[in-house]
Amino acid sequence: MTVVSHRLPGVRRAVNGRTPLKALLDREAVFSWLLMALPLLFLASLVGYPLVYGLLLSLQDRPVAQTGTFVGFQNFVVNFHDPVFWQVAVNTFVYTGVATFLKMVGGLCLAVAMNQHFRMKNLVRALLLLPFIVPTVLSTVAWMWMLDPAFSVVNRLLVALGWPKPGPSWLGDPTLAMISIIIINTWRGLPFYGITLLAGLQTVPPELYEAATIDGAGGWQRFRFVTLPLLRPIILIVTLFSVIFTFADFQLVYVLTHGGPQNATNLFATYAFDIAMGAGQLGLGASVALAMLPALAVLIVALTIYMRRS
Amino acid sequence: MVTGHRRLERAVRLWLPVGFFLVLALFPFYWMAITSLKPNAELYNKNVMPLIVHAPTLKHYVDLLTKTSFLLWTWNTMLIAIVSTAISLILGTMLAYPLARMRFAGASLIAMTVAAVYLVPQPLLFIPLADVINRLGLGNTLTSVILTYPTMLVPFCAWLLLGYFKTVPKELEEAARIDGASRMQTVLQIFLPLCMPGFISAGIFAFTLSQNEFLYALIFLTKTTVRTVPVGVIAELIRGDVFYWGQLMAGALLGSIPVALIYSFFVEHYVAGLTGSIKG
Repeated sequence: MTVVSHRLPGVRRAVNGRTPLKALLDREAVFSWLLMALPLLFLASLVGYPLVYGLLLSLQDRPVAQTGTFVGFQNFVVNFHDPVFWQVAVNTFVYTGVATFLKMVGGLCLAVAMNQHFRMKNLVRALLLLPFIVPTVLSTVAWMWMLDPAFSVVNRLLVALGWPKPGPSWLGDPTLAMISIIIINTWRGLPFYGITLLAGLQTVPPELYEAATIDGAGGWQRFRFVTLPLLRPIILIVTLFSVIFTFADFQLVYVLTHGGPQNATNLFATYAFDIAMGAGQLGLGASVALAMLPALAVLIVALTIYMRRS
Repeated sequence: MVTGHRRLERAVRLWLPVGFFLVLALFPFYWMAITSLKPNAELYNKNVMPLIVHAPTLKHYVDLLTKTSFLLWTWNTMLIAIVSTAISLILGTMLAYPLARMRFAGASLIAMTVAAVYLVPQPLLFIPLADVINRLGLGNTLTSVILTYPTMLVPFCAWLLLGYFKTVPKELEEAARIDGASRMQTVLQIFLPLCMPGFISAGIFAFTLSQNEFLYALIFLTKTTVRTVPVGVIAELIRGDVFYWGQLMAGALLGSIPVALIYSFFVEHYVAGLTGSIKG
C-alpha cells in the first residue's frame, strides 16, 4: 500500500531530478554493458586470449623460454605419425566412454535407491556426496595406497576371499591400470550423477506412479515408462557435463599412474602436459591439447544450446 | 509374519543398495583415517589385520605439521580459495544481473558465451596460460592462481546466479525504481540483499572448486612457500619412489577437513548449487 501512495510524487521526482548523464546511465543497455564490461574484459583476456594464443602456439616450434618459429601444421603432422598420440586418443575415448557409462548406470541406481523415505536420509545423502567434495588429488592418493603393489588393502581382502597371492598388480599392468583409473573416476563422479538425478526424481509427481500402478504396471515398467522418460532431459545434461570433464581429465591420472605403465593410461591432458611442461615443447604440447578441441567443441555447443532451451 | 516380510523387503530394497553405496563412498576415507593413525611398524607389517588400528599414534600428524610446510600450504590454499571465490562472486554478479533483468541487444549471445566458457576445461588453456603467467612475471606468486582460478569460477558463478536471480520477484525493484532510486541503488540496496541464498550456494561451490584445483597450481607454484595442499602433498610427500604413507594419509585427511566442514554446514545450499549448476 505504501508503494502505491508514494507512486505519483515519486515519478515526478524521478523525472525532474535527473541530469542527462543520469538518464543515460539509467538506460538498460548502457547500464548492462557498463556492469558487464569488467567481467567480460577479464574473461576475454584470460580465457579468450589464451585460447587464440594456444592456436597460434600449436603452429610454432616453441621450446620453453625461447622464441617460437612458425612451422605451419608440422606439429599436427608429428602427432599424426606418433603411435603414442593415437594410443592416447584411444585411451581417452575408452576412459570417457566406460567411466561415463558406469556413472550413469550407478548414478541411476543410487538415485532410485535414495528416492525412498527413511530416517537420516539427509545425512546419508551428505555422506554419499563426500567423494565428489573432497579434493580429487587427496582422495586419489588414498586410492593409490589402497592399490599399493606391496600393501594393497584391496588385494589383502581379495586374497582373504581366496584370490591367489599376491593379487592383481593394479597399477603395474596396462589393462588393470586403465580399469583402476576408470573405477576411481566413477567413484568420484557417481555421487554427482546420483544426487542430481535424485533431485530430478523428486520432481516426478506421485500421481503418475499411482496412475501407472492402477493401469497394472509393475515396478520395472513404472521405472521404464514413467521415471526414465521424465528423467531423460536431466540425464542428458548430466551426461554431457560428465563427458566433457572426463574427456579432459588430468589430476586423477597424473597422480595415480602418471600415464603409465607404457602410456596405457596416458590421456590427452596428461600427454600434453608431459610434452609441454616435461619436455618443454610448448608448441607440440599445445597441438596435443588442441586435438581435444573438435570433440569438446561439439559437446560444449550441444550442451550450451540444450541448457538454453530447457 | 506380514511385518517380518515387510522388514525383509525394506532391507533388500533400501538398506542393501544404500549400504553398498555408503560403504563404497566412505571406505577410502576410513582407510585414510586409520592409516594416518598407524605406526610404521604396523603399517608395513603384512601379518597384522589391516582393517583396524592396533596401536594408534599421532606421530604422522606431528611429523606432517613440524617437518613439512603443511600449515603454510593450508594457509595458502584457504587464502587463494577465499579471495578467488570473492572475486568470482563479484564479477559473476556483474554478469548475471543484466542477463537476468535487463533487455538489451546481444543479451542471449552473452549468456551463451558465459555458458560455453564455463564448460571450457582447463587442459585446453594451461599451456598458453603458463606462458602468459611467465611473461607477466607472476610465476611462483599466489597472484598467479588468484588471477586464473576465476577464469573457471566467474562463468560458473554467473551461470548459477543467473538461474537464482530469475527466481527473485521483480516487484521490490520496480517499487524502488518508481520511488526514484537509480539502477545502481536498486541493485545494491534492494536486490542483492534478497539473494543471499544464491550467493551462499555459488560461494560454497566455488570454494570447493578452488580447493580442488590442481593443474594451474602445479604449473604456476613450484616453490614450497607458495604451494597449495594438493600440490604440496604430491610434490613433497612423495620423494622419488619413497612414499611416506602415514604422512600422506594424514595430509590427505587434514586437507579434506576444511572442505568437508564447510560443506557439512551448508549441505542444502551445496545440493541446490549442484542441481542449479546444470540447469539453464
